[in-house]
Amino acid sequence: MLKLEKRPSPSVFWGRATPVLAVALTMMAGSLMFAALGKNPFEAIRTIFWDPLFGEFAWYLRGQLLVKAGPLILIAVGLSLGFRAGIWNIGAEGQYIMGAICGAAVGLAAYPTESWLIFPVMVLAGAFGGWVWAMIPAILKTRFNTNEILVSLMLVYVAETVLAMASTGFLRNPDGAGFPGSRNFSSYPAAANPELIAGTGLHWGGVAALGAVVAAYVLLQRHILGFQIKLAGQAPRAARFAGVSPKRLVVMCLGIAGALAGLAGMFEVTGPAGQISIDFNSNYGFTAIIVAFLGRLNPVGILFAGLLMALTYIGGEMASTNLGLPSAAIQAFQGMLLFFLLACDLLTNFRIVPARKEVR
Amino acid sequence: MFGGIDPALLIASLMVASVPILLAATGELVVEKAGVLNLGVEGMMIMGAVCGFITAVVTGSPALGFLGGAAGGAGLSLLFALLTQVMQANQVASGLALTLFGLGLSSLLGQGYVGIKPPHTGAVPFGPLADIPFFGRVIFGHDPLVYLSVLAVAAVWIFLRNARGGLILRAVGESHEAAHALGYKVRRIRVLAILFGGAMAGLGGAYISLVRVPQWTDGITAGAGWIALAIVVFASWRPWRVLLGAWLFGGITVLQLNLQAAGSGIPVEYLSMSPYLITILVLVIMSSGRGRAALNAPASLGQNFHAAR
Repeated sequence: MLKLEKRPSPSVFWGRATPVLAVALTMMAGSLMFAALGKNPFEAIRTIFWDPLFGEFAWYLRGQLLVKAGPLILIAVGLSLGFRAGIWNIGAEGQYIMGAICGAAVGLAAYPTESWLIFPVMVLAGAFGGWVWAMIPAILKTRFNTNEILVSLMLVYVAETVLAMASTGFLRNPDGAGFPGSRNFSSYPAAANPELIAGTGLHWGGVAALGAVVAAYVLLQRHILGFQIKLAGQAPRAARFAGVSPKRLVVMCLGIAGALAGLAGMFEVTGPAGQISIDFNSNYGFTAIIVAFLGRLNPVGILFAGLLMALTYIGGEMASTNLGLPSAAIQAFQGMLLFFLLACDLLTNFRIVPARKEVR
Repeated sequence: MFGGIDPALLIASLMVASVPILLAATGELVVEKAGVLNLGVEGMMIMGAVCGFITAVVTGSPALGFLGGAAGGAGLSLLFALLTQVMQANQVASGLALTLFGLGLSSLLGQGYVGIKPPHTGAVPFGPLADIPFFGRVIFGHDPLVYLSVLAVAAVWIFLRNARGGLILRAVGESHEAAHALGYKVRRIRVLAILFGGAMAGLGGAYISLVRVPQWTDGITAGAGWIALAIVVFASWRPWRVLLGAWLFGGITVLQLNLQAAGSGIPVEYLSMSPYLITILVLVIMSSGRGRAALNAPASLGQNFHAAR
């Protein structure tokens, strides 16, 4: 028989290797699922992972990669800081929605003024919206000791209701003949978030995502706050003795995550989505949780993980139009990835050794 | 403000509305008492909802449907048990994974079943008792699951309080090291608790898709699993308070639905976000001040156990 032996410290090799192993295992398990759905598993895997990059429509789909990866990376970088410190903000979806609403509201309030100032103010408003929404669980946690997991998640449902109110009520397009949804930002250049370099899919959200990756890397490697985050996650007691204030960490981690999620929402709604509508949010806030773990809570890892996850989104859409693969299959596929990741993490923290016979 | 809302009907529908969260929260209570934090209740509920629905539609029997729902929830919880008890994975992350995966898989499984009506779940025939004014309607006019959910609370209460198994379960939840030293199989007990929690969540989910709604749509549970988790905190890990919390929450849900239908002056959006806001409010009240719910939490909650010796 085999038994587990705890490693004195996590294995560096397996830390790098587990995401790759998990992706490979997910592809295998996913193939079984696709086969069970009556699709050719090899064709499905090729359509999802190969065709968007090198297939017939790659010239268009490669651009989509950055469009989808931008918000995922931006949100996941913020979440990873909290996850490292043991602060579980799982309501990024709500912060993303509120950021989008605040940013869009500022832009729409200025309509039809033309000024270069409008977009930067919208960016700030977007970050502010997400930050405020994340401050609710943060303050309730620090003041009243309330569980941040439950509060942040409950606020997602509240944010979705606010979104419905916005798109059918206070942000509805007055010239829209009563249809739900706000004015389209693509016809309002001062507030729009267009593609910066044609054909790449890079908009300001992608730039912000790259900036966030760099900033988070520097924060974790060189800044005292980054050190405190890591310390609080690995040895909470030691952190307390070292004078790390848990409350300050909660406020900082949730605040950063909320602001970044709000930014992601704001860039999405002014760019790719184009308008506030009831369902502009594509569950990025939840998928970003998978991205954060797939990137091993490391900013650079998250960059790659975000691109890979974006690939599954695009490939999943292709597979659903070309092969008739249900879109829910791709959601289950993404969920499976998180399972395999968590399972493979065993190898990072434990050694599998043959059990010796013991005298009992 | 309550004009036009019949109190007997309100209480009767409150009891029905609270069943899914009551079942799920009772299951989660046992899981957490064993020291395991399973945040995947939402995922297990929705798997129960879809499995129960499919079983009921295919076999034509609601009873088998509920069994199928419980099996679906338990099946998914087995994955959680494998991850956290065998693979030593982080419980919070595994619970989230369970929910994300459950939401995807359920919508995949339920694809061919949108828009179908499930077989009707009848009320328990109490005969003349159901004709008693007020009480007949409030107490004797429900389907079997309503009574089963209350019985489950009583059974869990007695089990945790008076049974040897319950004592062992609590010991495992309070101090897994001590329980291990006494020779109890910590991980085996936890796996059993997780399976029980999964089955209960699945049963609750099946109740939503077979009785409460009754049909299948994607994301049908709409956060009920998360509310069940909140109710366990609200109840400060005491079975009867879970019942109280579930009824309170069921009452709010029914009341806001009735107010929506009655066309009160309050905008519909505010009413439909009220259950979530009130859950937050309740969490705040329970977690702060003298009522500190956190103090009553099982001491080993959320920690994995690895027998070093």
